Amino acid sequence: MKVRAQIAMVLNLDKCIGCHTCSVTCKQVWTSREGVEYAWFNNVETKPGIGYPKEWENQDRWKGGWTRKRNGTLQPRIGAKWRILANIFANPNLPEIDDYYEPFTFDYTHLQTAPESEAMPVARPISLITGERMEIKWGPNWEEILGTEFRKRSKDRNFEGIQKEIYGAFEQTFMFYLPRLCEHCLNPACVAACPSGAIYKREEDGIVLIDQDKCRGWRMCVSACPYKKIYYNWQSGKSEKCIFCYPRIEAGEPTVCSETCVGRIRYLGVLLYDADRIASAAAVPDEKDLYQAQLDIFLDPNDPAVIAQAHAEGVPEAWLEAARRSPAYRMAIDWKIAFPLHPEYRTLPMVWYVPPLSPMQAAVEAGHVGWKDGLPDVQSLRIPVRYLANLLTAGKEEPVVSALERMMAMRMHMRARTVEGRDDQAILDRVGLTAAQMEDMYQTLAIANYEDRYVIPTTHREYAENAFDLKSSCGFTFGHGCSDGSTPGNLFSATSASAGRMAPPRIREADEALAASVGDRP
Amino acid sequence: MMALWDGFTDYLHHFLFGIYPYIAAGVYLIGSLIRFDRDQYTWRSGSSQMLRSGQLRWGSNLFHFSILFLFVGHFVGLLTPHWAYEWIIDAGTKQRLAVIAGGTAGVFCFVGLSLLLHRRLFDPRIRRTSTMIDIVILALLWVQLVLGMITLPYSISHSDGGTMLALSAWAQSIVTFQAGAADMVRGLALPFQMHLVLGMSLFLVTPFSRLVHIFSAPVWYLFRSWQIVRVRGGATRRPGPVQRPGVVK
Repeated sequence: MKVRAQIAMVLNLDKCIGCHTCSVTCKQVWTSREGVEYAWFNNVETKPGIGYPKEWENQDRWKGGWTRKRNGTLQPRIGAKWRILANIFANPNLPEIDDYYEPFTFDYTHLQTAPESEAMPVARPISLITGERMEIKWGPNWEEILGTEFRKRSKDRNFEGIQKEIYGAFEQTFMFYLPRLCEHCLNPACVAACPSGAIYKREEDGIVLIDQDKCRGWRMCVSACPYKKIYYNWQSGKSEKCIFCYPRIEAGEPTVCSETCVGRIRYLGVLLYDADRIASAAAVPDEKDLYQAQLDIFLDPNDPAVIAQAHAEGVPEAWLEAARRSPAYRMAIDWKIAFPLHPEYRTLPMVWYVPPLSPMQAAVEAGHVGWKDGLPDVQSLRIPVRYLANLLTAGKEEPVVSALERMMAMRMHMRARTVEGRDDQAILDRVGLTAAQMEDMYQTLAIANYEDRYVIPTTHREYAENAFDLKSSCGFTFGHGCSDGSTPGNLFSATSASAGRMAPPRIREADEALAASVGDRP
Repeated sequence: MMALWDGFTDYLHHFLFGIYPYIAAGVYLIGSLIRFDRDQYTWRSGSSQMLRSGQLRWGSNLFHFSILFLFVGHFVGLLTPHWAYEWIIDAGTKQRLAVIAGGTAGVFCFVGLSLLLHRRLFDPRIRRTSTMIDIVILALLWVQLVLGMITLPYSISHSDGGTMLALSAWAQSIVTFQAGAADMVRGLALPFQMHLVLGMSLFLVTPFSRLVHIFSAPVWYLFRSWQIVRVRGGATRRPGPVQRPGVVK
């Protein structure tokens, strides 16, 4: 047993309202720079839909994640090492920027400089790459609230095994939001595919990072990541990804996306796992067993053997304490209401999701929802269980059914208690939870106080490195170390990556109009 | 007046083939080292595939595979001493081999490089995101390749391999710091001399361009494990409870 700790995230999709605050605050902090305008470390997609980049879940097309070879070992789907190197000059599985979207701004100058006309002047979109007029054709949530035709949206891979045609009808349709970020996997395919060895997982908190100095821009990570959450910065020629706001995590603060989540849907907590069992868990023969295999490598922070081994390996006591209070542990392991996103990619992702309950109250009253053993039948919910299972458990429906039932049971239990003043023991027995667990679940999911959502131990930097050496050092940089990276250009043809350079491009026509209008003045 | 001109061309020849090689090699090595040490963030292949794949699939593959072949060919061909191979293959045959193999690779390279250059100049996405040196380096490589191809008929007309021997004698004198290296390529046809000067210039500009990615060819990737985990404090940390630095036990 090798005990390692990771800060895991859980997102409660039942409460996501799709406000995109997470995406916007993340972008403001990390990617409002030239070269990554198109990149969203965090984006919120509307499901069902093909998403951003287009059809990211279609691994026949993008070849992300791992495949299990006939001899039982894993290999990145893009190929063995020699094949990855052979494709280095032109990567056949790399999305083009149009698969994400061509970044743009609007021609605001035109609003000020347009000559007098019958119609109001409009600010048309201009490409941030070429500076030319363009048409906006895709984006990080292009299918917002079921936008675009069903024919296109239904290419969504999660419809597999579902008679999807009926969900094109207005009366039958369903949707929910899916916020997506880097999964900080236990078995990351991006790390495996990086020819430079620039991507690594941090031992102390499991965050996966790209060493910006070591990255050479071979672009294999972009293809290997099945979630398409590594972005190639076309300006710097380096790949970038979600850094799980590690400067904040180290200080015991939640990530920006979690901190600013108005729906209180995000949870951060420590999970302990056995690093020796990663390889075997990721390589179980049947995809449907991957969810359970990943559950099995998580360690119980109350187990004395685990605590002793954790101590022996130098996991700080504060981390063990945090693991015992971890909301992620309770949701994923105690209550089993949170699931990994697409476990069939075999990366053992560490950002988990609570499946959404569909709107049902009105349907119950109208008699549309069937009842089964004292609970509404989740199979007759608006969102097909199979769809959620395809998304979260490689198609295995039982765990998703159980989670949805527990969430419904919590509502019925709390309703019985607060409205009718009684405990509904039949429901508790039906879903196999105690009244105390229900109370806890209610406190965690419904009330969701700040201190219940985020249990993050601070990193003991003073133990791990010499703080005196860090005194007067340069802190966060883009890999320049302490060299003077603030100059606008340098000997080696690089341009600075500072935010201030993203001035809106001006097109010639607008400039001429401006010159003309200035010239007209007396 | 004529004497003055002869003196100048004589000096220029001596400079270009006796001194310039060392300037180019010095800037190439020291410049790359400084860049690697000071500004590794700028050390990258500079791929633009993400902005437009199209022509790149064929262009980049044709270019890279054939230029690697040509580079190795030049390296081995120029720096292998005559005595090391004369008992296997005579100079004339070696030159014919070089002309055929190099010429074939040159044609592939020409197609690939032309595709890449066309895309760099005429695709607005690529053109607008290119730096000056990106364009210059492609143009230099293209001219260099064309010059190399132009030398082929000259080589064919001297089937005894004399030109080839002169060139490798020059290259070997340069790398072994022999005096009088410049004299060995005196009187060679102009395309050969231009090809040499431009070739040295490519080394000269390497530290200032994306060409530094050649140094980083990730061969060692084949020999590492799939996963990489970094430990805070690096290799200095020992297993077991973390020691508070500075505390003597």
